[in-house]
Amino acid sequence: MQLTGAEIVIRCLQEEKVEYVFGYPGGSVLYIYDELFKQDKFKHVLVRHEQAAVHAADAYSRSSNKIGVCLVTSGPGVTNAVTGIATAYMDSVPMVVISGQVPTAYIGQDAFQECDTVGITRPCVKHNFLVKDVKDLAITLKKAFYLAKTGRPGPVLVDVPKDITIQKCEFHYPKTISMRSYNPVVKGHTGQIKKAVQLLLGAKRPVIYAGGGVILSDASERLAKLAHSLGFPVTNTLMGLGGYPSTDGQFLGMLGMHGTVEANMAMQNCDVLLAIGARFDDRVIGNPAHFGEVARKIIHIDIDPSSISKRVKVDVPIVGNLPDVLDEILHQLEAADGKPDAKALATWWKQIEEWRAKKSLNYKQGKDIIMPQFVVETLYEVTGGDAYVTSDVGQHQMWAAQYYKFDKPRRWINSGGLGTMGVGLPYAMGVKFANPKATVACITGEGSIQMNIQELSTCKQFHLPVKILCLNNGYLGMVRQWQEMFHGNRYAESYVDALPDFVKLAEAYGHVGIRVTKPADVEPAIREAFVKHKNDLVFLDFLTDKTANVFPMVAAGKGLSEMILAEDL
Amino acid sequence: MRHIISILIENESGALSRVSGLFSARGYNIESLTVAPTEDPSLSRMTIVSIGSNDIIEQITKQLNKLIEVVKVVDLSEAAHIERELMLVKLRATGKDREEIKRISDIFRGRIIDVTESTYVIELTGNGAKLDAFLSAIESSLILETVRTGVSGIGRGDRILKV
Repeated sequence: MQLTGAEIVIRCLQEEKVEYVFGYPGGSVLYIYDELFKQDKFKHVLVRHEQAAVHAADAYSRSSNKIGVCLVTSGPGVTNAVTGIATAYMDSVPMVVISGQVPTAYIGQDAFQECDTVGITRPCVKHNFLVKDVKDLAITLKKAFYLAKTGRPGPVLVDVPKDITIQKCEFHYPKTISMRSYNPVVKGHTGQIKKAVQLLLGAKRPVIYAGGGVILSDASERLAKLAHSLGFPVTNTLMGLGGYPSTDGQFLGMLGMHGTVEANMAMQNCDVLLAIGARFDDRVIGNPAHFGEVARKIIHIDIDPSSISKRVKVDVPIVGNLPDVLDEILHQLEAADGKPDAKALATWWKQIEEWRAKKSLNYKQGKDIIMPQFVVETLYEVTGGDAYVTSDVGQHQMWAAQYYKFDKPRRWINSGGLGTMGVGLPYAMGVKFANPKATVACITGEGSIQMNIQELSTCKQFHLPVKILCLNNGYLGMVRQWQEMFHGNRYAESYVDALPDFVKLAEAYGHVGIRVTKPADVEPAIREAFVKHKNDLVFLDFLTDKTANVFPMVAAGKGLSEMILAEDL
Repeated sequence: MRHIISILIENESGALSRVSGLFSARGYNIESLTVAPTEDPSLSRMTIVSIGSNDIIEQITKQLNKLIEVVKVVDLSEAAHIERELMLVKLRATGKDREEIKRISDIFRGRIIDVTESTYVIELTGNGAKLDAFLSAIESSLILETVRTGVSGIGRGDRILKV
């Protein structure tokens, strides 16, 4: 049967078992929306800004391992979406973005709402396509879903000119697809794995350093099995939190710029480092030269060869899908003669316990002013550690990462790579669509929340009872912290003047707003939000300490062991 | 160090910009880039000359391999290979210069492919150094225009880059 391009788009999404499409209509996608209107197999979520559509689809994907889908119109629809696409790209989130384009004959003529979508998005997608023939539409969408999910995942964009959506052709959706130019490696090299196992068994001061790849590839159970069988300490990157249970005794906490003393010192001083689905980025190892001053053997497992030996030279590179590679390591460990060096490990753990005894995340909660860390800790207690937590970007993000102990993967949703302010609320929406029964908290700041505040309206329309915890210190806190520490207290434009009354704002959108000003009210307010107002969106506006800083801190360009601690100031 | 990277890539619109965009986005250097379809019209072959440390060249090959449309990548300069570049030079050729230019062109095994009363166009093939040498052998005021294709390269003997 002959179908129009618009019908084909809808049928492809149905074939992919898509549940939700996050989007915003416009001229170039009107035929697609018309077909969308006529079907009921998947739902459309109307956001209030295209950026939020992409963030919501992104979080839908992060929190479920399904592919998030969004639909935007040409020109400004796409340019608004770019921040969301770049955010997903930096964190390797599988996603398919369908964008409208002006009719084929108008392309290049500066038509109304025309932009070079493929050109603009090229550097921030895994791949993109411009469909020039309706006959290519179905296979292109198939490729998009296939590319998004396989290998190192990422967003894929399909640009569909308006005339293609009304042209007709036979519809056939391929079951499988193969591309001669794209064959991601799955199995790790057995010889390399053998070398890795030898190194692990000979290690005196080992560390397992696990990143977001563990979560993306659903390898967390295998990681825990490996860590427990070896008895090695584990640290997670910001993106890896939840990939290893935070309450486990072998967990050292997050490492990096705001990592714990025990995580950073162990990372710096280890003799064998097993890096799993992590990429040694600047926020994790600080200055690579300083990191390189200590001799250590590095084993690096990653699905993406270009992540290996990019910033740090690696001794045993293993390219492959993490679950497959970890299975093979576990298998070889069982078959191996040797056991980990128990005596050396005991000495190493003793050293780690000394670092841990510094209690580098300690802070003082007095009677008068709410400490932001206290809000996160209280949230952890009230939700029993079982909430999905999204965050925006800044100090509150770091406090959320440090004080909410994630035991399960896909519970901590934040923009680690691009560091996009404004993701928190749309992320909470996406999480809620993917996990309708889940408790969802958005930890944010008064700066970030205003970057996508319009989505309070979407939350109303779709009855999304997420809880927003705004750590309101009246400053762009992380900017203020750097200005205090590195720019002589010159607070250039970091003070957010003329803040709205967030309680009234929440109420204006039809939600519940609660302002909290005293430490004693923190817990009751959070309980009120999560218990009494279980079915409402609640905006909790915590007026917190204006001068609180995130510690420990490795200043930009410094080495991991050169941390500034709270007590140093 | 100078490297010659050969790429087989799907012959689709935008493929070139993915490659050139990668180099500019990651700050890699391109000395020259040539591209044309192969005997299989669905594939293009590119030759890129880049200068960088071994680490950077390793990253370049990995990043190129990561591009979805790239089928194969080879660093030709890792082993025996041949490189050639084509140059067309328009020279002012009058009076006694006409004879002298013809002689130099013969020495470099160039061919005169266009003649007017006052100009020659010479076609010359070779590696970059040979083309440079030819240009420096000619009185510079006589050189009206030059155009070079950039390097094309191929492995020697059994080294074959094919799908």
